[in-house]
Amino acid sequence: MNARARFINWGAAVLVLVLPFATHALLGQGWVRILDFALLYVLLALGLNIVVGYAGLLDLGYVAFFAVGAYCYALLASPQFELHWPLWALLPMGALLAACFGVLLGTPTLGLRGDYLAIVTLGFGEIIRIFLNNLNAPVNITNGPQGVNLIDPLHVGPWFLEQTYHVGGIEIPLVINVYFLFLAAVGLAIRLSQRLEGSRIGRAWAAIREDELAAASMGLNTRNLKLLAFAMGATFGGVSGGLFAGFQGFVSPESFTLQESVMILCMVVLGGMGNIAGVVLGAVLLSVLPEALRGLGGLQEFLFGKVWVDPSNLRLLVFGIALVLMMLLRPEGLLPARARQREFHESQ
Amino acid sequence: MDIFLQQLVNGLTLGSIYALVALGYTMVYGIMELINFAHGDVVMVGAMVALTALQILTGWGLPSGIALAMAVALAMVVCMGLGLAIERVAYRPLRRAPKLAPLITAIGLSIVLQQLAALIWGRSYRSFPSVLPADSVSWHGVIITSIQALIIVLAALLMAALMLLVKRTALGRAMRATAQNPGVAQLMGVNTDRIIALTFVLGSALAAVAGVMVAAYYNVGNYTMGFMLGLKAFTAAVLGGIGNLPGAMLGGLLLGVVEAMGAGYIGDLTGGYFGSNYKDVFAFLVLIGVLVFHPNGLLGSRAREKV
Repeated sequence: MNARARFINWGAAVLVLVLPFATHALLGQGWVRILDFALLYVLLALGLNIVVGYAGLLDLGYVAFFAVGAYCYALLASPQFELHWPLWALLPMGALLAACFGVLLGTPTLGLRGDYLAIVTLGFGEIIRIFLNNLNAPVNITNGPQGVNLIDPLHVGPWFLEQTYHVGGIEIPLVINVYFLFLAAVGLAIRLSQRLEGSRIGRAWAAIREDELAAASMGLNTRNLKLLAFAMGATFGGVSGGLFAGFQGFVSPESFTLQESVMILCMVVLGGMGNIAGVVLGAVLLSVLPEALRGLGGLQEFLFGKVWVDPSNLRLLVFGIALVLMMLLRPEGLLPARARQREFHESQ
Repeated sequence: MDIFLQQLVNGLTLGSIYALVALGYTMVYGIMELINFAHGDVVMVGAMVALTALQILTGWGLPSGIALAMAVALAMVVCMGLGLAIERVAYRPLRRAPKLAPLITAIGLSIVLQQLAALIWGRSYRSFPSVLPADSVSWHGVIITSIQALIIVLAALLMAALMLLVKRTALGRAMRATAQNPGVAQLMGVNTDRIIALTFVLGSALAAVAGVMVAAYYNVGNYTMGFMLGLKAFTAAVLGGIGNLPGAMLGGLLLGVVEAMGAGYIGDLTGGYFGSNYKDVFAFLVLIGVLVFHPNGLLGSRAREKV
C-alpha cells in the first residue's frame, strides 16, 4: 500500500467515525437516522451484490430475506407471543432462517436463466409479503397489515442502545449508538465480502457468472455453488432485517414491497456490480438522495417565493431523472469492478 | 359449475387485458432482450389520457360511442409518442451497455412517468366515465356484461391483427429478422433502428388500448395502476415464453383464468383457512410450477447453448 492509499484509508476511517457527531450537531437527529438507514441499505446492497454481482443471478425479490430477518426478530422479541429473546440469539437465528429461505428459493430456480430467474424471484418476494400481510387468520401469527409493535430495543450485552450516554461531555443518543452498531455490522460484511471475492468459492462464482456451461465443464458443482450464493446473500438480508426491526421497534408488510427490492438492485447496479466500494457508494447515494431532495420544497420557496410543484412529487421525479442520467453517463456503474470495466471497453 | 363458468368468463376478460400488455413486453424482449420496466406505466398513461379525454368529449355532448372511440385513438397516439421517446432516451444510448444498465434506466423512467402522472392527474382515484351500457347477458346463470364482451372481442381482434402484421407483411418480416439476428438483418438492408422504434410504438399502442380497457372494467384510474398490471403482464409473458407472441397471448389468458379460479376456489380447497386474498400467491405458484418443468415458458423455444 503506498502512502497515498494509506492516507485515503485513514481519512475515510476518521470521517466515518466523526460523521454521526458532526451530523448530529449540524443537522440534528433526523439526519443521523437517515445515516443509520443508509448503513442498513449498505448491508442489504452488499448481500444482494453476492447474488447479482458475484454469482450473476438476477434477484428481484431480495427484500423477502430482509422481511424474514425482521419478522424473526419481531416475533421472538415483542409482546406478540410474550417472547423476549436476546440479540445474540436472534441475529444468528434470523440469518440462518433467511439462508434456509434462500435455499428454498434457489432450489426450484436452478435451471432458470436471466429474466426467467428474475420473475420467479420477484414472485417469491411477493408471496412472502402476501403471507405476512394475511397471516393474522386463521391463527394470528404476524398481526396482518397492522404489523408487530413494541419490539424490544437493541441490547448488545451491557450496551443498551436506547439509552443516551455521555462520554467526556459528548452526548451519544440512540441514533448514534445505532450508527456504531450498524457500522460494525457493515465493517464485518465488507471484510466478509472481500474474503469471499478472492476465495475459491468467489472465483467459482465468477466462473459461473461468465459462462455457466464452461464452469460446469471444469468440474464445478454449479448447483451447490448457486444455492450457496443465494444462502450467503440471504444471510446479509436476514441480519439487516433483525437490526431494522430492533431499531424501528415496529415492522409491517409495507416495508417489504417489490419497490424496495428494486431499489436495492438499483444501488448495486448503479454503484458498480461486483465492486464493494461501488456498491457501498451506490447504497449511500440512493438512500440519502431522496431524503436530501426533500429540501426541494424549501428551495422552490426560496427561488420563486412560493411552492409551485408538490415537493413530494418533485422529489421522486428528480430522483427518477437522476437514476436515468447517472446510468446514461456511466452505464457500467459509478465505480465498476475492474474486470467488468475491461470487458465493457473491449466490446466497444 | 356456475361458479366455474362465471370465473372462467371473468378470468378471460382479465386475461385478454394481460395478454395485450404482455405482447408489448414480449415484442420488446424478443428484439432486444430487455425488460421494459416502464411499459406498465405506459398503460397507465393511456388509461388516464382516455379518462380525461372522455370527460371533456362527453361534456361537449358527443354521443358516448364516438367519444370513446376518439378517446381511445388519442390515448393510442399519446402512448405511441411516449413509447418512441422512451426508446430514444433510455434504451438506444445503452444498446451496447452491460445488460442490467437499461433495466435501471427503465426503473428510473417508470418513477418519472408515475410522478408526472401524479402531478397532472393528482394522487386520488379518478372514476372512469360510464359511457358503455351496463347491459348484461345471462346464460345458464353465467353473467356476461357488455364491457366484458367488448374487451374480449376487441382484444382478440387486435391480437389477430398483430399476428397478421408480424407473419404476413414486409414490416413483420423485418421485425422477425431483427429479432433473430440484428447484425445480419442490417446487412440485408433492414433499418434495425427504425424497426426497434416501431416495435416500441406498436407495443405502446396495444398498451394504450389495454389501459382504457382496465380503467373501463374497474371504473377507476390512478397514477399507480400501471405497476401491478405491468407486473402481471410481465409474468404472463414469461409464463408463455418471453419473446414469443402466441406465448404472450396464451400466458395472459392463462394467468387471468388462474387468478380468477384462485379467487373463486382457494377458500373451498383449503377448508376456509385461506381466502381469495391469496390469489396472487396462487398465480405465482403456478408460474413457478410451470417454469420448473418448462424453464423457457410454455411456448418458448429452447435456447440451445453454444459451445
